[in-house]
Amino acid sequence: MAKNDLISGSIWDEYSNQVVNRMNSPQHQGEITEERAKELGTKLIVADFGAESCGDAVRLYWAVNEETDEIVESKFKSFGCGTAIASSDVMAELCVGKTVDQAVKITNIDVEKALRDNPDTPAVPPQKMHCSVMAYDVIKKAASEYKGVDMESFETEIIVCECARVSLATLQEVIKINDLTTVEQITDFTKAGAFCKSCIKPGGHEEMDYYLVDILADTRAEMAESKMKEAADASESGELTFDKMTLVQRIKAIDSVLDEDIRPMLVMDGGNMEIIDIKENIPHYDLYIRYLGSCSGCSSGSTGTLYAIESVLQQKIDENLRVLPI
Amino acid sequence: MDVYLDNNATTVVDPKVFEEMKPFFCDIYGNPNSLHKFGAGTHPKMVEALDFLYEGINAADEDDIIITGNATESNNTVIKGIWVDKILKGDKNHVITSEVEHPAITAACKFLETQGVEVTYLPVNEEGVLEASKVKEFIREDTALVTIMWANNETGKIFPIKEIGQICKVAGVAFHSDGTQAIGKVPVDVQDCNLDYLSFSAHKFHGPKGVGGLYVKKGSELTPLLHGGEQMGGKRAGTVDVASMVGMGWAMHLATSTMAIAYEKNHVSKLRDKLENAILELPETIVIGGKDNRTPNTTLISIRGVEGESMLWDLNQKGIGASTGSACASEDLEANPVMNAFGSDSELAHTGVRFSLSRFNTEEQIDYAIDVIVNAVKRLRGISSSYAYAPQSHKSEL
Repeated sequence: MAKNDLISGSIWDEYSNQVVNRMNSPQHQGEITEERAKELGTKLIVADFGAESCGDAVRLYWAVNEETDEIVESKFKSFGCGTAIASSDVMAELCVGKTVDQAVKITNIDVEKALRDNPDTPAVPPQKMHCSVMAYDVIKKAASEYKGVDMESFETEIIVCECARVSLATLQEVIKINDLTTVEQITDFTKAGAFCKSCIKPGGHEEMDYYLVDILADTRAEMAESKMKEAADASESGELTFDKMTLVQRIKAIDSVLDEDIRPMLVMDGGNMEIIDIKENIPHYDLYIRYLGSCSGCSSGSTGTLYAIESVLQQKIDENLRVLPI
Repeated sequence: MDVYLDNNATTVVDPKVFEEMKPFFCDIYGNPNSLHKFGAGTHPKMVEALDFLYEGINAADEDDIIITGNATESNNTVIKGIWVDKILKGDKNHVITSEVEHPAITAACKFLETQGVEVTYLPVNEEGVLEASKVKEFIREDTALVTIMWANNETGKIFPIKEIGQICKVAGVAFHSDGTQAIGKVPVDVQDCNLDYLSFSAHKFHGPKGVGGLYVKKGSELTPLLHGGEQMGGKRAGTVDVASMVGMGWAMHLATSTMAIAYEKNHVSKLRDKLENAILELPETIVIGGKDNRTPNTTLISIRGVEGESMLWDLNQKGIGASTGSACASEDLEANPVMNAFGSDSELAHTGVRFSLSRFNTEEQIDYAIDVIVNAVKRLRGISSSYAYAPQSHKSEL
């Protein structure tokens, strides 16, 4: 990617021939009049979505056979860039011959794929994916007007990344199952945030209801809370293993063994020890300690005494515990 | 026919400039810092180039003009140099600029903000011009630098540099201007405007790319951005690109000495006005920022119902190069801040197309461009939903 980063080509170079051709000569551009709809024996539906001030606006016309719900003719008008016009054109084409219920299932992904010259090469550069979303939305609007229902009723899921059509539920599940900790990981797993990037965090091209950074933080917080609850429940039932313990529980468990088996011997010699920290260093748990009293500076603290402490803790707590004096 | 109307982005190298540069690639190629005749042989033309630069902006003999890589480097040198000289070493911690500067200024200021410097971004008025009174209002005891562009790259609007210079002089604040869009288009006089620093770039006035200049008034502080050898009096290290320097000098000479022919006698402005008036005959079109007080080569026109990138697309198909601040034409999908600065009408941010001419454009080219533009507007408005159904009085005409 280095060379591509140094000299980024024109975004126009990444448009498919289909996009270019449809931009230059859209086949379904135009309008359907009341007279034309009557001539076809159909109902005229006109739906608007977007606004000029947002940079994209589209009007979709359908002539729908009310007996079969089939879209007999479909036309569009569009204010937008080349990819918006091309997306609107292919969107109008995809609607023809479908019932309204079938048309509602057309997504922006379908629109983009229909614009590809070959199945493996995207029709537009990533930042232009959002232009096909408008086409998807206006279909919902037209269907809602035909059926006399709210547009939202066609959406069963909350879509966070409209470019990649990734839902909130999917994102939460993927974060939990794969223990994801960064937005980059989410994008690698789901493609969410890979295109126009507006869903990553506030301040992008479009204002969103949900952002990946917030979903990640909320889901991680939920996971941590859930883990803590599990640990508390397990502790109560006496089934808690060291790896499932919270940090506080781990310190308590270690301190308990130290008090019972280690400290009495150290105190007899005028010494003691304290826990400084515990760090997960999978598969190990590194226990940082400091010697106190006469133990501090004792040569055995890094040999015999240390091995004895480590051995007792490994035996009574977890075999992966390592003791590191500082 | 190919017609280049994007001269605020870059310009063609003047053939005379190219001729002057040629010997320095294969004939007079010595390192100017070498003692031998190969190095010394570069000096006469370098001196000539510097003379042209000093004359072009009316710099005094004792002032400095540093040869840099481009105006971006010049701007960064001033802003980061001020940070080192005045902010890190003293009690000043404030910089003033405008909301519509080139990213070479705003990004450098944003960097300073990460280092704890306070930056005030002054808004422009409804015509896209920064009023000098705004600068006066916001100068503080701890203001270390005022940096304001001479002319805006999108609208061509000329800022009141002389008045701002006077305000800075009275307040004792260092004053820098990014003159990139002004050189060769309007008279630039650093002494008359009380400037401490002025940045410029050769490729904006028919010189080569990769070379720029930084004027530094005598006595003004300057910490080098590039440390190394003692070139440029230790103010900018690195072997001087002699060919480019000579090219910039000649470009400056030709741009400023022919200004009377190119601009004051209205060759360029006549062509610009012809183009602009023809577009304005189309309904629902306006010059963004208005017609007054602009560089003579620039017009930024909003064509209602026509999204900027789609317009550029159609023009490109017919061999015409222009520009838009529309978000859809940018890699990062962020509209040009200059377009956003006209906040009263957010539609302008998506319908603005910039045409910027040069003295190399001909009337025949402009006639061709007018024809292409009118047809493109007709086609795109035919597709446009917002134009077709918006309640405008003249829409039936197109």
